Amino acid sequence: MKGLLVLEDGAVYRAEAIGRPGTSFGEIVFNTAMSGYQEILTDPSYAGQIVVMTAAHVGNYGVRDEEAESSKVHVAGFVARDFPALWSGSGGERSLAEYLDENGILGLHGLDTRSLVRRIRSLGAMRAGLSTEIDDPEELRRRVLESPPMVGSDLALSVSPSERRLARGGKGRKKFRVAAVDYGMKRHIVRLLQEGSCRVEIFPATASAEEILDSRPDGIFLSNGPGDPAALPGPIRTIERLCRTAKPIFGICLGHQLLGLALGAKTFKLKFGHRGANHPVKDLQRGHVAITSQNHGFAVDASALPGDVEATHVNLNDGTLEGFRHRTLPILAAQFHPEAAPGPHDANVLFHGFLEAMGRARS
Amino acid sequence: MPKRDDIRSILVIGSGPIVIGQACEFDYSGTQAVRALRREGYRVVLVNSNPATIMTDPELADATYVEPLTPDFLERIIERERPDAILPTVGGQTAINLALALSERGVLERRNVRLIGANEHAMRLAEDRDLFKKAMLEIGAEVPRSERARSLAEAERIAKEIGLPLVIRPSFTLGGSGGGVARTAADFKKIVQNGLLESPSHEVLIEESVEGWKEFELEVMRDHADNVIIVCSIENFDAMGVHTGDSITVAPQMTLSDRQYQAMRDEAKAVIRKVGVDTGGSNIQFAVEPKTGRRVVIEMNPRVSRSSALASKATGFPIAKIAALLAVGYTLDEIPNDITKKTPACFEPSLDYVVVKIPRWTFEKFPRADARLTIQMKSVGEAMAIGRTFPEALGKAVRSLEIGRDGLDDGQPPLEREALLEKLEEPTAERLFHVRRAFIAGMDVADVAGHTRIDPWFLDGVRRIVETEESFAGRALAEVPGEDLRAAKRLGISDRALARKMGVAELDVRGRRRALGIAPVYKTIDTCAAEFEASTPYFYSTYEDENESIRTEKPKVVILGGGPNRIGQGIEFDYCCVHACYALSEAGFETVMVNCNPETVSTDYDTSDRLYFEPLTFEDVACVLDNERPDGVLVQFGGQTPLKLARALEAAGYPIWGTSPESIDLAEDRGRFGRLLGELGLAAPPHAEARNLEEAVEAGRRIGYPLVVRPSYVLGGRAMAVVFDEALLSSYVAAAVASSGEHPVLIDRFLDDAVELDVDALCDGRETWIGGVQQHIEEAGIHSGDSFSVLPPWRIPPDLLAEIRDATRRLAVGLSVRGLVNIQFAIQHGKLYVLEVNPRASRTVPFVSKAIGVPMARAAALLAAGRPLASLGLPPERDPVDFFIKGPVFPFRKFPGEDVLLGPEMKSTGEVMGVSPRFGDAFAKACEAVGMRLPLSGRAFLTVNPYDKAAVVPIGRELADLGFALCATRGTLEALREAGIAAEPVFKVNEGSPNAVERMEAGEIQMIINTPLGRASHFDEAAIRAAALRLSIPCLTTLSAATAAVEGIRSRQEEATGVAPLQEYHRG
Repeated sequence: MKGLLVLEDGAVYRAEAIGRPGTSFGEIVFNTAMSGYQEILTDPSYAGQIVVMTAAHVGNYGVRDEEAESSKVHVAGFVARDFPALWSGSGGERSLAEYLDENGILGLHGLDTRSLVRRIRSLGAMRAGLSTEIDDPEELRRRVLESPPMVGSDLALSVSPSERRLARGGKGRKKFRVAAVDYGMKRHIVRLLQEGSCRVEIFPATASAEEILDSRPDGIFLSNGPGDPAALPGPIRTIERLCRTAKPIFGICLGHQLLGLALGAKTFKLKFGHRGANHPVKDLQRGHVAITSQNHGFAVDASALPGDVEATHVNLNDGTLEGFRHRTLPILAAQFHPEAAPGPHDANVLFHGFLEAMGRARS
Repeated sequence: MPKRDDIRSILVIGSGPIVIGQACEFDYSGTQAVRALRREGYRVVLVNSNPATIMTDPELADATYVEPLTPDFLERIIERERPDAILPTVGGQTAINLALALSERGVLERRNVRLIGANEHAMRLAEDRDLFKKAMLEIGAEVPRSERARSLAEAERIAKEIGLPLVIRPSFTLGGSGGGVARTAADFKKIVQNGLLESPSHEVLIEESVEGWKEFELEVMRDHADNVIIVCSIENFDAMGVHTGDSITVAPQMTLSDRQYQAMRDEAKAVIRKVGVDTGGSNIQFAVEPKTGRRVVIEMNPRVSRSSALASKATGFPIAKIAALLAVGYTLDEIPNDITKKTPACFEPSLDYVVVKIPRWTFEKFPRADARLTIQMKSVGEAMAIGRTFPEALGKAVRSLEIGRDGLDDGQPPLEREALLEKLEEPTAERLFHVRRAFIAGMDVADVAGHTRIDPWFLDGVRRIVETEESFAGRALAEVPGEDLRAAKRLGISDRALARKMGVAELDVRGRRRALGIAPVYKTIDTCAAEFEASTPYFYSTYEDENESIRTEKPKVVILGGGPNRIGQGIEFDYCCVHACYALSEAGFETVMVNCNPETVSTDYDTSDRLYFEPLTFEDVACVLDNERPDGVLVQFGGQTPLKLARALEAAGYPIWGTSPESIDLAEDRGRFGRLLGELGLAAPPHAEARNLEEAVEAGRRIGYPLVVRPSYVLGGRAMAVVFDEALLSSYVAAAVASSGEHPVLIDRFLDDAVELDVDALCDGRETWIGGVQQHIEEAGIHSGDSFSVLPPWRIPPDLLAEIRDATRRLAVGLSVRGLVNIQFAIQHGKLYVLEVNPRASRTVPFVSKAIGVPMARAAALLAAGRPLASLGLPPERDPVDFFIKGPVFPFRKFPGEDVLLGPEMKSTGEVMGVSPRFGDAFAKACEAVGMRLPLSGRAFLTVNPYDKAAVVPIGRELADLGFALCATRGTLEALREAGIAAEPVFKVNEGSPNAVERMEAGEIQMIINTPLGRASHFDEAAIRAAALRLSIPCLTTLSAATAAVEGIRSRQEEATGVAPLQEYHRG
């Protein structure tokens, strides 16, 4: 099966297609992680994006249901240099190609992904289209130009659950009640909160502050998610109200950006974002560097933080803000993914910060 | 945190001569470390006994000691230099062991010297398997079940408890030396006994076997602020049971899920913290059970290693350099990433390509050695290749090996199923080629995986290559569509392999490919998978769309490297390539290096302006040249590898600089060369060329026996032999013709009792500058690479030396040499013979350059670029006043069963240099540096062949005068007694008890002089030499070496030895 990839700027790539035939559109971005493709596919933050993996071979160890970060594949398309036909390794259940097909996702491989990545790096993330049906690059490009851009997109609302629910699983005594606002939350975040003796109740992105506070939480968690944070005025207002309660709040990724906006900071779109498992983040208090898992296209502007917000983490590659805290309130946020999945566990310790804040708030 | 200012001077310990398990990766690492430390303003004192290294170049360190790497000499150096600190982590296990020995002797405490990079505790913990195991269990990591034994009885009790198969690992040995896997009780006993002897602490570890598990390595770095990064993950193609140095390895890891990988990563961090490596790089090995995923820690090395050199080249992250900076107090986030310049070194490289390393073995040199691959490393070198996919990298790696294979087809006939399965089950150098055979025979991936224990994922990559390659069989080239050709190239299949399948010439495929516009592009190794811009031009080829290696308009020269290390072609040639690079770069050229050996300094991206990590085949080199279009190509520095390409490259229109391929051929062509010698009035031993048996026999009768026979166009005396009669000659010729292909067999009269001399000189076609004349200490018939040699010559009459210098000039000009030339002479009964001329860099160039203090390879590069000799500002020719003695190092310990015997075929892997104002002391130092400590008193055992009986007498007399007791076997004893020298008799091994070997074992013999009978080694002599090797008793196998040894003993008795840096010798 042959497939066509066309970028907003007119670049054309033809290659082998796998997965479900069809046509899809999204913002084209690249991820430099060398393993963890299944976690990436199922991370709701990738909704609306065609993800190019820089690793040479993707799909080597197959797919395992337990390694999914949500109930389905969220990427709009998946691209790599090579999706090998054969997979191997302990615990694998089926092939990546089968998995993509089951999830209705189109994948493209065999192309010069490095040149594609260099294009994205120099021109920035942009819209693209992927198709096994449209063979004319010009036609596909017209359709790409009609597709919605990422700036101003409230994708989080489309991946967020419609109802509140109690997260299942988690053993042992529950010490804290956490209200987690799900803008596209990864399963591993819930798992880590539960491992930290939290009872996790999940709320939709549209939940009001009252609804959330009604659950009598010890702390509030704001999850990761896709799209432009500035396109979510409703959730931002909710967070403003939550901040005023002086309850411990912890935000990750989109949650970090929304918290920033609620506290009066600004966000902007990075040229091509941070997506990978090797980004060095320095903890400004401890002076220690963690190698982190990242997936974001927007960032909080470090140069325009309000006076009561203090930067706690910085990205050593480009100096962008990776985390902050409130000077007086128990509010913490991280732009990167301390829950990893995929990626290094170096920053898991941030969850302890949230647990401690809840402990202090209670006593 | 800024660097430490409580330290001003640092002693860096090198790894010594190239041996199996410790090769030029430590020159690469050490050189990086020394450079980095000096740039930081520290005074660096370096010690390494190996002169063929870049690190011992006198301009690199502040003080460079080419002295034996023994605690005694280290102590002398420390007393003289009083360094504040020692960096023991860039010189392999040798440096670690020395640091520990110095600590035990109290030297560090007495002289107030600190260890930096790794502390004593960490070094001991990592080495001592009991302590290591305990530490691992404490952090919750699993290890294979194991127990330690100090005797066979103890070992057998442990074996009963754990059950066979078992792994036996001697403590404190290099490259797993002396270990093995035992599947039977008999094997077990043998390996344990050998292991107990090999271990300096006489102990072995008996361990649960994890054979067949998947093997992984992580290269980990830590700084003193406890930042930890994983620079590279490596997965072994061969399952556990094969030493990682003997395994095909792949980076990054391919078959672990992110969860499994992160769990391993977490454990690696816990391990480096637990072992307590405060700063620097460590290598941690894991085994993973393929079905259950159960993971155990195998071992960790708290230092840079062969794998870290590989990881540095594979990722672009310079581990040794960063390790040195961390050792002096920097943290990872304070050091910039060299390649991006903008991001810090505190990150984990991301690879958007695949790296494959394949070891290079030389079993052909050791026919009696066991060629099965085990946990004891046997390879002497390695080739690395980079591709955008695993199959592409594998294909490139195979042809980088230069073992006569252009792909996976070894040209051997198919095997019966039984035989094939046996080949699949037994790891050997040839197994990869049998995997292809299995696919051709119709076996599927699962079946092959079951027999080889190689992960199916890798096997499927091999299958893709085989299937595609086979699909070309019998096709007409002109009808092959571009799409198919491109698909094959993308799987790393060479033009040659395709040509063979289609029955056409390589150039036909190349022509068709180019006509269809199918050429490789070059991608950058940038540490970050293109996320950031790279400023370092480090490239590999692949068949894709975008070419990142954009040609510059600067004048440029391409230098072809030497490929994987092997016996006869190793670090010496890399040294020459690196110097050529330096010189041309200084002269304003853009230098472009092409090489595929990850261990080397030449493949450090800092060495040349542009680096192509590519196989050294005509195809791959020509593609680089097409991309670069250089002003010149240098083929004379990398040994035979690039030299063999010279003709084809010239014919294809590329500009070869330096001595012309025509002259190179002239020197190889016996007939034409003979005529040249005649014209110049020089003599060669009577010689002939033979292309078949009849010609050989005829030549033998004409010239007269004994004869030296060898194939032309080989290095290191491959397949060279001395034959004494027609029967031996006949059996030889059949084999030699096979070894050298279409080239003829060269036949020379063997000059017995002759002295050999080697000259290295420079020439610009008109003027000649002689760098040095070395005299071989062993007589003619021993390969020059295996002989001790001395510069300046010792006891050669001045008129003969003048004759040699004169002949050198005439030959160099006669051959229109532009660059380096090496000439071998022999003097027999006062007459001078020319043995051979090599118009290229020779193995001895680094040694001579170190001795005379002039980097000859640099000058040669400028000559090749067309500069006249007179413009180079070379000092006047003169012999050094001090003695520089080169000593060879042999791998016999790694190949039990192989006789310790020297001959015309080179067997040494490396060399050392002994330096002293006194000949004897220099010789004694060279002996010590190769692990042969000459005794100053005790009993010498003499047993010589009948021809040497007269000549041994003066040696015996001198030894007696020096206070030695003598013992001898019957014939030698009679000769000594007749001359009035007292000696006691010793039984030969089969004559009764106590025999010679028993007396050696009892510690009653301190030195042996044993000259073999020449032809085949007698059983008795072989047993004596094997025992000497095992017991580390100096054993001299030629009388000339024995004479030198006696001189060494005398010198040491008269005056204690001393140390001095090279810089001081050159000043004088």
